[in-house]
Amino acid sequence: MTDTALHPSAFEAHGDHGHGHAHHDADHKPAFFARWFMSTNHKDIGTLYLLFAICAGIIGGGISGLMRAELSQPGIQYLNYWAAWLPGGEQGLDHSLHLWNVLITAHGLIMVFFMVMPAMIGGFGNWFVPIMIGAPDMAFPRMNNISFWLLIPSFTLLLASPFFGGAGTGWTVYAPLSTYGEPGPSVDMAILSLHLAGASSILGAINFITTIFNMRAPGMTLHKMPLFVWSVLVTAFLLLLSLPVLAAAITMLLTDRNFGTTFFDPAGGGDPILYQHLFWFFGHPEVYIMILPGFGIVSHVISTFSKKPIFGYLGMAYAMVAIGVVGFVVWAHHMFTTGLSVNTKMYFTAATMVIAVPTGIKIFSWIATMWGGSLTFKTPMLWAIGFIFMFTVGGVTGVVLANGGIDDYMQDSYYVVAHFHYVLSLGAVFSLFAGFYYWFPKMSGRMYNEALGQVHFYIFFIGVNMLFFPMHFLGLQNMQRRVPDYTDALQYWNHFATIGYMVMAFSMIFFFVNIIWSLFAGKPAGDSPWGEGATTLEWTLSSPPPYHQFETLPVIDGGDGHH
Amino acid sequence: MRIMGLKGIVLAAGLALAGLGQAVAAPAAPPAAPAVAAAPAKADPMLAMDGAPAMLPVAGIGMPVDGKVTIQPQVTPNGRRALWFHDVILFPLITIICVFVLLLLAWVVVRYRRAAQPVATKTSHNTILEVLWTGLPVLILLGIALPSIGLLNAQYKPAPDNAVTLKAIGNQWYWSYQYPDNGGFEITANMLKEPKEVGKGERARTDADGPRLLATDNRVVLPYGVPIRLITTSNDVIHSWAIPAFWIKLDAVPGRLNETSFTIEKPGVYFGVCSELCGARHGYMPITVEAVSPAVFAQWVKAKGGTMPTGKPAAAIAAAQPLPETGAAFEAGNSTAPVDNATEQAPTVTQGATANPAGAGNAGQ
Repeated sequence: MTDTALHPSAFEAHGDHGHGHAHHDADHKPAFFARWFMSTNHKDIGTLYLLFAICAGIIGGGISGLMRAELSQPGIQYLNYWAAWLPGGEQGLDHSLHLWNVLITAHGLIMVFFMVMPAMIGGFGNWFVPIMIGAPDMAFPRMNNISFWLLIPSFTLLLASPFFGGAGTGWTVYAPLSTYGEPGPSVDMAILSLHLAGASSILGAINFITTIFNMRAPGMTLHKMPLFVWSVLVTAFLLLLSLPVLAAAITMLLTDRNFGTTFFDPAGGGDPILYQHLFWFFGHPEVYIMILPGFGIVSHVISTFSKKPIFGYLGMAYAMVAIGVVGFVVWAHHMFTTGLSVNTKMYFTAATMVIAVPTGIKIFSWIATMWGGSLTFKTPMLWAIGFIFMFTVGGVTGVVLANGGIDDYMQDSYYVVAHFHYVLSLGAVFSLFAGFYYWFPKMSGRMYNEALGQVHFYIFFIGVNMLFFPMHFLGLQNMQRRVPDYTDALQYWNHFATIGYMVMAFSMIFFFVNIIWSLFAGKPAGDSPWGEGATTLEWTLSSPPPYHQFETLPVIDGGDGHH
Repeated sequence: MRIMGLKGIVLAAGLALAGLGQAVAAPAAPPAAPAVAAAPAKADPMLAMDGAPAMLPVAGIGMPVDGKVTIQPQVTPNGRRALWFHDVILFPLITIICVFVLLLLAWVVVRYRRAAQPVATKTSHNTILEVLWTGLPVLILLGIALPSIGLLNAQYKPAPDNAVTLKAIGNQWYWSYQYPDNGGFEITANMLKEPKEVGKGERARTDADGPRLLATDNRVVLPYGVPIRLITTSNDVIHSWAIPAFWIKLDAVPGRLNETSFTIEKPGVYFGVCSELCGARHGYMPITVEAVSPAVFAQWVKAKGGTMPTGKPAAAIAAAQPLPETGAAFEAGNSTAPVDNATEQAPTVTQGATANPAGAGNAGQ
């Protein structure tokens, strides 16, 4: 059954094997083009997603380097030079300042839609969800492929938009700045880019939900599913329910921009605040979309390197469900200063704080998992422990910001920037690195270099904390977001943060050297390099796993199917 | 569609202003009024003899301080209340939580490292513990929610009838202000550029004006000790009017009137910045408030061609201040029913008229 599904006739013309092979062994792979450009194999598509995310991460991270360089001193240092590189050449200060807005917009969109989401869901989700539930592949392999390939034109549109003027609207694309505030094709390109990325994610979400509900191996009940699968399941529902709202909102933006509608234009009876409600109805679940799979990864890593089953498995699973549900009813806390009524503000204050409860359950359960364990501190474990603490720091500032009365001071200041970088740049990204080091031996068949991995962690940890912690101070002194220049009294911490960026960037050298070296010269990993603590199904397979795994479905016994 | 035309005018005016890098002259009302004509810039009580502002900003008050890590000092009752809530409740609490988690992690890492604990236990459930770490955070959050709700109530208390109304209008990229209760005169506040950035004869920022990127050519003058009703709106995209020292941040949304109120307790100069991304010069449209005694405020209003509301009938105010018809009607509606989030149909005709004296305002009629 898998053979006919996974071997399209298209590649047989230029496949590297003769005719007459009605059946192949599990490790048979199609030729290069068919394998990587017409792929229907979840592991190959997962690899494509990871490569894509790494490339996008380099671009998005590079843009943040440009931003930190400009911000290291008060005044405009480099923007004019960079602006001169773009079509039209040097066109004065406003052009340079617009470039700044283009940079912050690109940084946000790239990191959210083209780095974190493809890596978490497309990369690790594709690779390990089918394996963990004992399935041979995803439910819809061809849809899986189109999910990935939609990202390529999407990313191309976004990367090309600066050459047509540039979208300087911020990743939130608020109307009316994005309607009559930004003429030219570039905002349309960015909007279409979001449409494509959204369609890609919706297809992916459908695929994951179907796979998880229908393709679990015999005995793999929902309550035995590994937590990473749970996290992807919840994430997929969030995607499926929130992205259509974004698609609607940005479609209205498009028609407002191009066809004279006035959904968000008060002159025609529209309302700019309506756009914000629609955007954040998507946007808030989106932040959980970015972090929930990270929760799943961290659970596996903590459990593996503690040699203990996860503490409070059901609590952990349903905490994620609770976060997903409550995440849909807190969106207006992004809009506390837009003139909400007092009752609305009170409700969103209270609802937002509720999220701290399931998040707290997760933090304490991870610590309880380690409690009584036998801990080894391999690189993935270091990232996971770093994650727990950094996510706690980002979480508690979230509780501060949840208070509508306090938010009047913090809104749109660097305090907010610090908060969401602690939960994303130090939360989601730490969990990504944890997952990457954890599964690298499984995916590549080779061990990474432990020393380089640990050096990477420690320097990165110091760097990002130097980079983002001072942003709390800048926010409390009230530096506003999204400006290339600031009053001179904000120089000290800005300069400090830029040094932190350089430390962080330096650590990435170790990461890239490590993966390139290890891919070619790493020690063979063996089936289960992490020993007895690693209990999920991927560790029962070879490293790398066979091209088609589980041609005979595994049977999960009644015991410790999960950990 | 009328708004679009107006917007064009306003934008053009804004560009012209920005190009000049200097304010529209201090008496912003149309020059027809004799009182205004007799009040050149020199008579402005907010300006000292040399043209510099009379009140000097105080370092560390109403502005950031280099290297500092705390919230700016607050000069409004709600600001002090919110500051107390943050500094006394929230900040210690989140610090304790972080330290608690850090200590737990440190303990676990040291005590249960493989060398100290070669064989792991198999504990994976403890109902009491799980109920505790669900219940305790709920209680803590309830403890936060009560003062938080109280703070919100205080912040939403409407201004009393005798409040001074300030209407802040966001434009790309400057603020204009109207005093609807004081004859509806208008001032425009542009950021002051640095000496090396301005042409000859143009006014550049001095330290008496305030810090770089925060000082404006015209300050918003408000009385201290008197409740202020702040109304914000915008002529183009969304802006946000913010003064950190007042704990005030309110978006200026086109087509809407947002309202809040505050009472400044101390005289001084307070700085803020536009806090919603509004295009290229988002970082270059600061807000400067000068809080003076009510007597000086009255003097200033008079010098600007405005009036103090001393029970005069509205007709007298309108006569003393010849505004374009629509503008006057609009101001009247504004001061009588400043409902939260009320929809505004034609924002600030006066703005266009003021920015283009004689020209645009009359051309439309």
